[in-house]
Amino acid sequence: MAVLSPSQPAPARSGRPPRPPRRVGFSQRLGRWDVKLSPYLYISPFFVLFALTGLFPLVYTAFVSVHQWNLLGGQGDFVGLQNYVDVLNQPVFWKSLANTLSIFVLSSVPQVILAITIAALLDQNLRAATFWRMGVLVPYVVAPVAVSMIFGRMFADQYGFVNALLGIVGIDAVGWHSERFASHLAIATIVNYRWTGYNALIFLAAMQAVPRELYEAAVIDGAGRVRQFFSVTVPQIRASIIFVVITSTIGGLQIFDEVRMYDAAGLGGPSKNWMTTVLYLYDVAWGNQKNFGRAAAVAWILFVLIIGIGMVNFLISRRISTSGPRAPKVSRSHTRVLLERARAAGSSTTTPGEDR
Amino acid sequence: MSSIAVTAQTAGKGAAMAAARRRDSGSRAARAASRRPGRVTYALLGVALVISAFPLYFTLLLGSSDPVAIAQNPVPQWLPDSSLFQQFATVISSSQINFAKALWNSVVVSVAVSASVVLFSTLAGYSFAKLSFRGRGPLLVFVVATMAVPTQLGIIPMYILMSEIGWIGKVQAVVVPALVAAFGVFWMTQYLSEALPYELIEAARVDGASMLRTFWSVALPAARPAAAMLGLFTFVQQWTNFFWPSIVLNQNNPTLPLVVRSLQATYFVDYSLVMGGIFLVTLPLLVIFAVVGRQLVAGIMAGAVKG
Repeated sequence: MAVLSPSQPAPARSGRPPRPPRRVGFSQRLGRWDVKLSPYLYISPFFVLFALTGLFPLVYTAFVSVHQWNLLGGQGDFVGLQNYVDVLNQPVFWKSLANTLSIFVLSSVPQVILAITIAALLDQNLRAATFWRMGVLVPYVVAPVAVSMIFGRMFADQYGFVNALLGIVGIDAVGWHSERFASHLAIATIVNYRWTGYNALIFLAAMQAVPRELYEAAVIDGAGRVRQFFSVTVPQIRASIIFVVITSTIGGLQIFDEVRMYDAAGLGGPSKNWMTTVLYLYDVAWGNQKNFGRAAAVAWILFVLIIGIGMVNFLISRRISTSGPRAPKVSRSHTRVLLERARAAGSSTTTPGEDR
Repeated sequence: MSSIAVTAQTAGKGAAMAAARRRDSGSRAARAASRRPGRVTYALLGVALVISAFPLYFTLLLGSSDPVAIAQNPVPQWLPDSSLFQQFATVISSSQINFAKALWNSVVVSVAVSASVVLFSTLAGYSFAKLSFRGRGPLLVFVVATMAVPTQLGIIPMYILMSEIGWIGKVQAVVVPALVAAFGVFWMTQYLSEALPYELIEAARVDGASMLRTFWSVALPAARPAAAMLGLFTFVQQWTNFFWPSIVLNQNNPTLPLVVRSLQATYFVDYSLVMGGIFLVTLPLLVIFAVVGRQLVAGIMAGAVKG
């Protein structure tokens, strides 16, 4: 059942093609198979490769996690949930989880606020608009490992650039590599550096989709620029804000590059002050312990955590977006709306001619 | 994007451009109502720009200086100088760093993965958007759902698999797991369902084109703008990718992000050399950005996803 069968040239977008004629030639039969099989043929590379490289490893992680399994020794005895018990009994695991959440909160909240501010600045009748937009996107093309090395130096405890700046305004030097909270702040800054401009452009797209009549109405009602921003702009781009928060949650809980390169040893500092959970996973598997079974348990715990937080995010965002005003017609939020619809209805998301 | 793209398909390029112009001038007229921004806006944006660029400039400064000066001054000097090129030369010629090989590997990985993601995403996206077949709805929902699954947590079995087949330390170990992306399929489905009119496909079929020929001659050209953006983002993502390559590759056969790691391991006391090397690692993508930055901006604003 395809768009069109060769025996029926008239447009037939929906419904089954009529019963084929009784006697068909070889080429016609070939054509029918072509029509029937092609859709599956075209999607199969994705599904086959995804099953092999995405799904299978994830499922197999569960298998590894209930076995004794070492980097060198390979598969050992079945040990049940012992690896999980071991992991949950390690203080470093809990510390890494706390570090991850702390760095995540420190990076996501200021990032969203800053990005919205920059987007509001860009959402004006600027001269050389493309220049400014490209300017804020520059950090995106710098590899996180490079950014981390550069900022690691700027946040040096002694003779560091940031401490020198603080010295000018009369603040004592901060131990960016020795104090726990300070190191989280510095690492969050590294994350923010790379993603703020990127997210600002997402918000900018949403802001440009806000109907201008709303602003005109606000002006008539006597709203100033600040009032317009908080009463018109922010509610209108709410869908994009939720989207950015969700994507940064999935990414933020898996933070690795930045912490790995923050100091020379790359294992979270002497007291594991900035060891994140993925870095802990790495350390268990390829660092000192070389214990794949236990690392797989860490991976599964983190996996369940990310999916769980994602679900909560999703439920909250659905409540907000259904009770709020119509979402702006920007494709990113549109994407999210479609995503929701797909999940809710369990059906196709690509009705042709969908509004945009 | 949608209506203009449809215009391009149905009424030709000229008409599409005219339509785009009309649309732009319309929004520009609406925008003229809000006056040009004042100096404060430009000043604040200027600050944002300085913050964006300064860390890169800072690497140049440290790269021009010597380690002793760096250890004792937050900013050893304010202008880069020619000693920078000595650092570049040292890094490029170092036998421990393998810079040339890393550059080549990064090009191979990024190009191969981008090409594959674009091809398979366009194929699947075309099928989902324009062909009807049994199970289409549930399968598409599956694709969307996998976008939220952190597949990089499957690294341990992936590593076991790679060592079983002897791919540890080889570039294909980085390329093969990245050959498809759920987001790419979703993105192309979205785009093609709007940008490719059924009439075109039907016309090709009436003319006797096979399904594959129809895809090749009708769907692929229509998908070009979205495919280019998808390719661009996949390229940047692969070029800056560190986590999996750092596990499965080693110093003898690295990609550029791994060079950053080995710079740190090899020269960690010599900050000028490390910073010179970091700038060198960053430079290729900066050059590419200068050329295609406009498309990246457009891509993000059209809904491309984080890497």
